[in-house]
Amino acid sequence: MRDVLPWREPAPPDGTMGEPGARGRFGEYGGRYAPESLVEACREVGEAFREAWADPGFRGALARLLAVHAGRPTPLTPALRLSEELGVRLHLKREDLTHTGSHKINNVLGQALLATRMGRRRLIAETGAGQHGVATATAAALLGLEATVFMGERDIERQALNVFRMRMLGAEVIPVTSGSRTLKDATSEAMRAWVGATGDSHYCIGSVIGPDPYPWMVREFQRVIGDEARAQCAAELRTGVPDHVVACVGGGSNAAGTFAGFADTPARLVGVEAEGGAGAARGRLGVLHGCRSLFLQNGDGQITQAHSIAPGLDYPGVGPEHAHLRDLGRARYVTVTDDEAVAAAVRLARTEGILPALESAHALAWVIRAAGGGELPAGSTVLMTLSGRGDKDVAALKELL
Amino acid sequence: MTNPTLAAGAVERHLRAQRDTGRGLLMPYVTGGITPGWTDCLRAFADAGADAIEVGLPFSDPTLDGVTIQQASDLALARGASTRRILDDLSGLPDLGVPLVASTYYNLVLHDGPEAFCAALRRAGVTGLIVPDLPVHEADELTGAAADAGIEPALLASPATPQPRLAEIARHSRGFVYAVSLMGTTGERAALAASAAELTGRIRRVTDLPVLLGFGISTPDQAREARRHADGVVVGAAVMRRVLDGAGPDDLRVFLTTLRQALDQECDLPR
Repeated sequence: MRDVLPWREPAPPDGTMGEPGARGRFGEYGGRYAPESLVEACREVGEAFREAWADPGFRGALARLLAVHAGRPTPLTPALRLSEELGVRLHLKREDLTHTGSHKINNVLGQALLATRMGRRRLIAETGAGQHGVATATAAALLGLEATVFMGERDIERQALNVFRMRMLGAEVIPVTSGSRTLKDATSEAMRAWVGATGDSHYCIGSVIGPDPYPWMVREFQRVIGDEARAQCAAELRTGVPDHVVACVGGGSNAAGTFAGFADTPARLVGVEAEGGAGAARGRLGVLHGCRSLFLQNGDGQITQAHSIAPGLDYPGVGPEHAHLRDLGRARYVTVTDDEAVAAAVRLARTEGILPALESAHALAWVIRAAGGGELPAGSTVLMTLSGRGDKDVAALKELL
Repeated sequence: MTNPTLAAGAVERHLRAQRDTGRGLLMPYVTGGITPGWTDCLRAFADAGADAIEVGLPFSDPTLDGVTIQQASDLALARGASTRRILDDLSGLPDLGVPLVASTYYNLVLHDGPEAFCAALRRAGVTGLIVPDLPVHEADELTGAAADAGIEPALLASPATPQPRLAEIARHSRGFVYAVSLMGTTGERAALAASAAELTGRIRRVTDLPVLLGFGISTPDQAREARRHADGVVVGAAVMRRVLDGAGPDDLRVFLTTLRQALDQECDLPR
C-alpha cells in the first residue's frame, strides 16, 4: 500500500506546509479561538490525531479504506484536446473519480477512522452543497457511526437530491434556519451542537478551517491528492514537476492537499476563488468558526455572505494556511466569475468528455484565461486538481444553458 | 486567596463590595441596539437592582449563542446596530451607578484592533468585557491592550475545563469569572444544570474573584439555586426573549425585580 500511496513526511526546507507552529499557528493565522467548552475537545482531537498520524497501523487502515472503498489512487489524466487548444500541457488530478464524487471523502474517511479510535459513536458535520455531508454520511455508514449533518434551509431547497442521499445513507439532516441559512450558518450550528455533545461525538469539519488542529489535520488527510499527483507527475511529465499547480479554493481543502505535495518544489501554486467568495484575495483579518484568518466583512466587522454559482465556494473566508501562503507569496490567489466557471465547465465537457463540478471549473477557468493572456507561456505544464464531478450541478446548469 | 498582581478595576471593585455585603449579584444582559430606545433598558436594570449590566455588541455569527440571542443579534443588526453606534448611545447616558460590561465575539474586537476597541469602550463608559470565543490561551493580545485602557476582560470557565486550566483562567480573568453552567449554548432551560455546582466549587478552590453563573438561568427559582453555589447570576436569554416578545423597560424591571428578590432571599441563608 505504501507504494500506491506515497506518504512522505513533510519537511520542505522553508518549513511551509509542515506542522503548524506553536498554538496551531500558520504565521499569524490559525489558532484555537474556540469557546471554552470546546477547548478540551479540540485538545483531545489534536492529541488523538498526532498519535494516529504517527501510527503505521492507523495509516495503513486509512490507506486501505481509501483504496478499497474510495477507489484511490485517482488517475492523472492528460487533457489532450484542451491542451492543444490552449497551447499548454494540462494534466487533471481526477478527484471526481473517487467514491461519492469529490475529494471530500479523503478527509472524512480519515476523521471517521479517528473518531472510532477515540471511541466516539457519532459524527457531526456541516455541509453547503451537500458533498461533505454525503461523504460524512457515507463514512459513518461504512464504520457503523451515526451522522448528524447541519445544512442551511436555503441549501436544502437547492440541493434536494443530496439531502435525500444523506438520509438514504442513514444520516440525520437538520435544517438550519438562522442567519443566511447557508454554509456559514450550518457551520455555526454544527459547532453549537458539538458543545452539547463532546463526550460522544466528533465534529467532522469539511475544510481546512476551524480551531486547531482542524486546518492541519484536514490538510494532512487531503495531502494524499498532492502526494499521489507528485509521484504521477514525476513518472509522466518530462519536467518531473509541473510549472503550475492549480486548484479551486472555498475553505481550501483540495487546494491545501494538492499544494502540500508540491510546497517544496519550484512549482507555482495558484488558488482560484470565486469572485463573490474571495476570502484569500479580498478578505480581511478576523476570527470566525474557531480560527484566525481572512474573512469577507463589512465596514463594521460583520461577516458578509459569499455568493457563488458553486455552492462549495460559498464560504466567506479561507483556511488559515492559505492566508499564510498568500502572505509568504508561496501561493497566489486569483478569482474568476460565475460566467467564466460555467464556460470552462462546458468546454471541458466538450473537449475531454468530463463534466466537472462548478467548483473545479473555477480552477479550469483560470487556466483557460491565463493560457489566453500569456500568463501561462506556451508549452507550460499545468497540474490542476479536478476536485469533483459535475452531476450535482446539472440541474443548475440546465437553468442557465 | 487574593491575587496580589491584580489591580482591581471598577467591575471587580463594585462586585466585591456588593458581595461583601452578603448580596447575591445580578448581571442582566441586553443586546445593544435591539430597539430604538434600548438604553432605557439599562435604567430599568439599574432600578431593579442590577450589580453590573452586560451590553451585547451584536455579531453576525454568534456561535456560542442559542436561538434567542441569535434572533436578538439579527434584529439589532437589521436595525443598523454596530459597535460604534451602540457605544455612541452609551456615551450619552448619565452614570447608572453600576459598571457596564460589553460582550461580543473576537472578530469585532480584532476589526479595529484590541487597542482601539478597548479605548472606544472606555470612552463610552464601559469597564468590563466578555469575549466568549477568546479562550485564555489566545487572550494575551487582548489582555495587554485592555489593561492599558482600563478595561477588565472576564474569562469564561466551563464544566469541561480541567482544574489546572481553571487556575490559569482565574489568574488571567479580570472583574469576575464567568462560570458557564452547562455544556451548551446560551438560552433558557427548565432547570439549573447539575454541572453548575461542581464547576463553581472548582473555581472557588482557585480564586476569590467574584463568580457569576450564566447560561440557562431564567427564573427566580433558578437564580435562588444558583446563588447557593455562585456569587451571582447572569441573565441574558430570559431577558431577550421578553424583549423579542415586545416587553418594554417597565416589564423588564418587573421581571428582574423578581430575580433580585429571589437572590436577596437566598442571601439570608447561611452559606
